[in-house]
Amino acid sequence: MTADVLSWVLLLVIAAYACGGGVDYGAGFWDLLAGGAGRGRRPRWLIDHAMAPVWEVNNVWLVFVLVLMWTGFPEFFQTVFTALWLPLALAAVGMVLRGAGFALRKPTRRLAARRVYGAAFAVSSLLTPFFFGTVIGSVASGRVKPGTTASADAWANPTSVIAGLLAVCATAVLGAVFLTADARRFGAVDLVGYFRLRAWAAIAALLVVAAVGLAVTGDDASYVHHGLTHGWGLLLVLLSAAAGAVTAALVAGPALGWARYGAVAAVALAVAAWGVAQRPYLVPTSLTVQDAAGASATLQWMLIVAVVALVLIGPAVTVLYRLDTRGVLEPLADEDVAR
Amino acid sequence: MDTATRLLADAPAQLLPARELMAFTLASHIMLVPFGVALPFITLVMHHRGLRRNDPTALLLARRWSAVMAVQFAVGVVTGTVLSFEFGLLWPGMMGRWGDVFGLGFGVEAWAFFLEAILIAIYLYGWRRLKPWTHFWLAVPLPLAALLGAFGIIAANSWMNTPRGFTLDAAGNPVDVDVRKAVFTPIFGPEYWHFTVAMFLTAGYVVAGVYAVGWLRGRRDRYHRLGFTVPFTVAAVLTPVQFFLGDNIARQIFHKQPVKFAAAELVWDTDTHVPEYLFGRLQEDGSVKGGLKIPQLDSILAGFKPDTQVTGLTSVAADDRPTALQATIVHWAFDIMATVGSVLILLALWYAWCWWRRRDLPRSKWFFRCAALAGAASVLCVECGWITTEVGRQPWIVYQNMRVSEAVTPTGAASLWTMFGIVVAVYVLVFGAFLTVLLKMRTRWRAAGDGTAAAEHPETDTPYGPRHELAATAAPPPSADPGADRPRGGAE
Ligand code: HDD
Ligand code: HEM
Ligand code: HEM
Repeated sequence: MTADVLSWVLLLVIAAYACGGGVDYGAGFWDLLAGGAGRGRRPRWLIDHAMAPVWEVNNVWLVFVLVLMWTGFPEFFQTVFTALWLPLALAAVGMVLRGAGFALRKPTRRLAARRVYGAAFAVSSLLTPFFFGTVIGSVASGRVKPGTTASADAWANPTSVIAGLLAVCATAVLGAVFLTADARRFGAVDLVGYFRLRAWAAIAALLVVAAVGLAVTGDDASYVHHGLTHGWGLLLVLLSAAAGAVTAALVAGPALGWARYGAVAAVALAVAAWGVAQRPYLVPTSLTVQDAAGASATLQWMLIVAVVALVLIGPAVTVLYRLDTRGVLEPLADEDVAR
Repeated sequence: MDTATRLLADAPAQLLPARELMAFTLASHIMLVPFGVALPFITLVMHHRGLRRNDPTALLLARRWSAVMAVQFAVGVVTGTVLSFEFGLLWPGMMGRWGDVFGLGFGVEAWAFFLEAILIAIYLYGWRRLKPWTHFWLAVPLPLAALLGAFGIIAANSWMNTPRGFTLDAAGNPVDVDVRKAVFTPIFGPEYWHFTVAMFLTAGYVVAGVYAVGWLRGRRDRYHRLGFTVPFTVAAVLTPVQFFLGDNIARQIFHKQPVKFAAAELVWDTDTHVPEYLFGRLQEDGSVKGGLKIPQLDSILAGFKPDTQVTGLTSVAADDRPTALQATIVHWAFDIMATVGSVLILLALWYAWCWWRRRDLPRSKWFFRCAALAGAASVLCVECGWITTEVGRQPWIVYQNMRVSEAVTPTGAASLWTMFGIVVAVYVLVFGAFLTVLLKMRTRWRAAGDGTAAAEHPETDTPYGPRHELAATAAPPPSADPGADRPRGGAE
């Protein structure tokens, strides 16, 4: 019972990271494709401005995912981190490069140095979600069993690669949609159109990859495939697709702000669909939620801590996002630190 | 290295790179932690002063420190997240068996970091638009969130040192987990306070050290005076406290992890009237080469009288205790920490004396030279403290319950060495860039102070650099290049 609740919490936190972190990775993705210094100047300006106050907060969801895994489902954690050693190690390195590149680019003035930091940030924004995606794909395909040691075929297979691409596309959608809304918010009219087109392109790409994915997983990840094409899983997939379609429409119209909710809903529903599809397994057909669950006393305390934390953090997050959307949060300017 | 390699010979080959990688990433992360834990507090003290006394210099300092915090926090976050990954990448055996016993501390820690990240974002980005006092009060929970985060981490670490709160079933797996006992383990209290005070002390000395250097170079204005005095006072007050807490934790170790204590003090055979060695190297046969031997002192320090019995390394089998080399490392780390801690007390006393006599800073250049070094010395202390804790626990990852070699990942040594190389390269670059950025910021500020600001940032409006424009006005810069409006290929 507690274990089930906690497994849903874990899924929720993964969805939160996919959305929150996804927006940031997507921003990095568009930073990568923004072109040379001259052409990319304004999109990058917007990306910097939109990401700066919130990316560290978004990153913490990842830490939660890890902590929930090892405390709630120690065996699952051990299994995943043993079998998928390489993609996870690369994702960790990517995350360092990305965070450091972004943080260091801002206070740097020399063009050459900015280019290096910017490149580190942008390239790793592409690679990191790809590796996370492959990890999810490998788990879903059931290749990762307790006792599997690190090997390439755990993650170099159709399902894993498709899942990686899917993750990249999803971040691109999130990033583009949010940046479209941000462009409106910051009054950068020309960038609204710029990112709108990219949002559409990314949604189209996502659809294509998802379709390929459904075809591929038929044999390669049959348990999850069955879950995604039947019952609740199917319903969630359809809802996710609908949310995507609504997003595509909203981006065009005046209710741009709502498009963000659409994109978040699409991604969160997709994650939920995956979770539902592999019930009652954490790793399809070899490790169930019940089998992997840790000591029940700990699980109960985890829930208590989570509730207390929500009470503390809820108001703080609300304040942060309200201040942010009202444009109150602004970096220190040079005049502020000059005498 | 000889003993270590020999003992490692029966251990899996990936053990050595795994440990090196863990040690390297931890040692790097820990250098930023004092600032994550304590810089918000020191900045808020300065901020408060600025608001209360309407002091523009104090406010300027607080703003500059938050600009530094912005960068430092980011590097702290990413290097910290790497550590969480490494628990799985390097020690899956530990997490798989014990994750549910001691993981709760990390649960608390993660939520605390969440709170901290939120509050820090509001603080750093609130300077321009929020009302002054609102801004200040929104940041006041920040040091508390930092203390809560430290609580979680230290709970986890102290559990690894004095594990309890579970019983083992026939198969050796932990059952009957008692969460309260697993969080508040015997060494937790001493470790938490010693650690927290170390963080405030270190942050204080490092920040003050920056202004001490400026002072030595002849910049003796109010700005440097204030920037020195506030953090230095915080640190100086805490120094004697830390000495007391250090003495306390050492005695707790004596009772609760006697073999670690034996390693830190180079005690070979269990005995009374044990001498104290200052430095010196432990040999395989139990003799000590070099160092200064003070008869009886170790027994006196441990139990206040010379006939106190001190447990020696040989009280347990050779493969249940640190090797001679490891013991020597622990011993040196411990001695360096204790020596530096004692010397810092003298510095604090010097400061207190001048303040008491003349209500003024010491005049001597030597004082400021020492103060400039105190920052680096306390970072060294922090590193040494952790080496004492971690290496002194060897060969156990969970003290007396799981060996490091049982916890290590089955991934091959070659992969781990490669990853080690990559991580070292990345960290060297990241930390190098981090320092460069800090130094550049300082140069820029100094120039701004001299009124040469305009000349200083010729590249401010470079295309790749959006920051300055948006700082000046909330509106975006005019589109310099009409091509930017047109969507291009690549995205599609
Ligand atoms: C500025 C930093 C600083 C200073 C001046 C001192 N320490 Fe320390 N010490 C630390 C910073 C530190 C630390 C890095 O924060 C550690 C590592 C683990 C911990 O809890 O605190 C630590 C650990 C640590 C341990 C190991 C605890 C364990 O194994 O769990 C001992 C025995 C001492 N200290 C003893 C001392 C003594 C006798 C000092 C005499 C002045 C002293 N420390 C000063
Ligand atoms: C919550 C805090 C910490 C935890 C949970 C932790 C955990 C670990 C683990 C799992 C290992 C590998 C196993 C081993 O070799 O014993 C290790 C080793 C090590 N850690 Fe810690 N550690 C913590 C804090 C630190 C810090 C901050 C430092 C900073 C210097 C540090 C220094 C080391 C060193 C030097 C080793 C290698 C020991 C050796 O190989 O001989 N530890 N620690
Ligand atoms: C092996 C042990 C450690 C792990 C797994 C770890 C994990 C982390 C993680 C995941 C973060 C980023 C949190 C975020 O995303 O906001 C972080 C940052 C941080 N860590 Fe560590 N950490 C370890 C050692 C330590 C130690 C010993 C301390 C001392 C209290 C510490 C204090 C902090 C602080 C204060 C931050 C906030 C970032 C900052 O202020 O710079 N960490 N750590």
